[in-house]
Amino acid sequence: MIDLENIQKSFGDITVLKGIDAQFKPGLVNMIIGASGTGKSVLLKCMVGLEQPTVGSVFYDKRNFSNATRKAQIDIRKDIGMLFQGAALFDSKSVEENVRFPLDILTHLPLDEKLDKVNQVLDRVGLTNTNTQMPSELSGGMKKRVGIARAIVNSSKYLFCDEPNSGLDPQTSITIDNLIKEITQEYNITTVVVSHDMNSVMEIGDYIMFMHQGLKLWDGTSDQILDSEVDEFNDFVFANNLMRSLKKLRK
Amino acid sequence: MQSIGKYFIFLGSLLKNRESFKTYFKLFIDESIKVGTNSIFLIATVSIFMGAVTTIQTAYNLVNPLIPKYVVALVVRDMVLLELSPTIIAIIFAGKVGSNIAGELGTMRITEQIDALEVMGLNSSSYLVLPKVLATIFMFPALVVTSAFLSIYGGYLAASFTGVISPTEYTQGIRFQLNEFMIIFAMIKAITFAFLVSTISSFMGYYTKGGALEVGQASTSAVTNSVIAILLADYLLAQLLAQYLISF
Repeated sequence: MIDLENIQKSFGDITVLKGIDAQFKPGLVNMIIGASGTGKSVLLKCMVGLEQPTVGSVFYDKRNFSNATRKAQIDIRKDIGMLFQGAALFDSKSVEENVRFPLDILTHLPLDEKLDKVNQVLDRVGLTNTNTQMPSELSGGMKKRVGIARAIVNSSKYLFCDEPNSGLDPQTSITIDNLIKEITQEYNITTVVVSHDMNSVMEIGDYIMFMHQGLKLWDGTSDQILDSEVDEFNDFVFANNLMRSLKKLRK
Repeated sequence: MQSIGKYFIFLGSLLKNRESFKTYFKLFIDESIKVGTNSIFLIATVSIFMGAVTTIQTAYNLVNPLIPKYVVALVVRDMVLLELSPTIIAIIFAGKVGSNIAGELGTMRITEQIDALEVMGLNSSSYLVLPKVLATIFMFPALVVTSAFLSIYGGYLAASFTGVISPTEYTQGIRFQLNEFMIIFAMIKAITFAFLVSTISSFMGYYTKGGALEVGQASTSAVTNSVIAILLADYLLAQLLAQYLISF
């Protein structure tokens, strides 16, 4: 479980996050949605330690991450996996080396055990026998899958995904979404997805948190979206034709 | 001034929260191959021609009958050891390796590969940059030695082919009154320049912000700033150490 307590983040005079409280539970796909520039990515960076919150703390299963010593942070980071927007695979390493990388730096397992784990997760994401391929030889969807494999290879308890569907066609997007959902349930991972793709939200979102101008304005389940009475949230959600049609149907 | 301060903080971060020796050793070997072995062809080509041209130019300008012919080789040797091999090769090295380092780190930054390392709990600057700096400091003096040898040999070839000075006189000049401090001086320069090129280029690449355009700009800045730093350091080292050439 991940708890956010009054997360605030400022860059000079600009306050990007204005006090976010939230709780993300394991086994669920928790989605942070909102328009561009609302602070979703900054919040995600604060959660994984790429940015230090100006005020507030992030707790991983009651362990304070934001104010922890470096050693304690590294212990928590061992449980964190992250899928970046562009997958962020290391160009000079093969698929196998990319996926094995967290095991190389975070564990002392023998090589054959590491390779077993790598092959296991590659099978799981549907990329059997791609071990020797280089990132430049992969399609966008395959890169994302390798990214997911790398994120979960060390039996991560927390999975963060930053815009997992960006740059993907609708069909591949659904495949990636379903993969995230399945993995979350299968391994009981606490998954946090930053997205502004309403299809994904409706498809896989178990808990949805809407951000607007650095504030959490709405949260709930995907079933509750259509009943929301928050104007900013409705403006965001029903900017999409599909969602407007869905609301009409519901009425 | 802010950038200079940031540069020194960056240097400090290379030594904080380091990884295991084993991790660095593998990276060090990889970087040494990239930095050293891959530069040999360029350095060798430049050095041979540099030596050959210096020999011919010196021979045609040193026409006083009172000056023995072997002095041409002596001038070539001193120029090669004191300036041409350490300094000119460092400038070429900055163009090749410096831009490569900045481009590589800049691309890693904008494609979030550096963030990925940080999320895994690595000190990304130490993990990525320290092996590059160590490999450059280790390999560049070797390249300077190779360059000096090939430049002198290039001069010998030019002397043989053009006949501006006989090979015997050339060899005599090369061996005449060698001040060994020149070699120490060249190595001090090589280590200093290697440090400057690797750290400045890494700094420029590591803090790249934006996209492909900014990566290109980072590479250009890396080369420009490295060259300025090399020339400044060259002047300071000459001021500091030239006196020892006389007393050694």
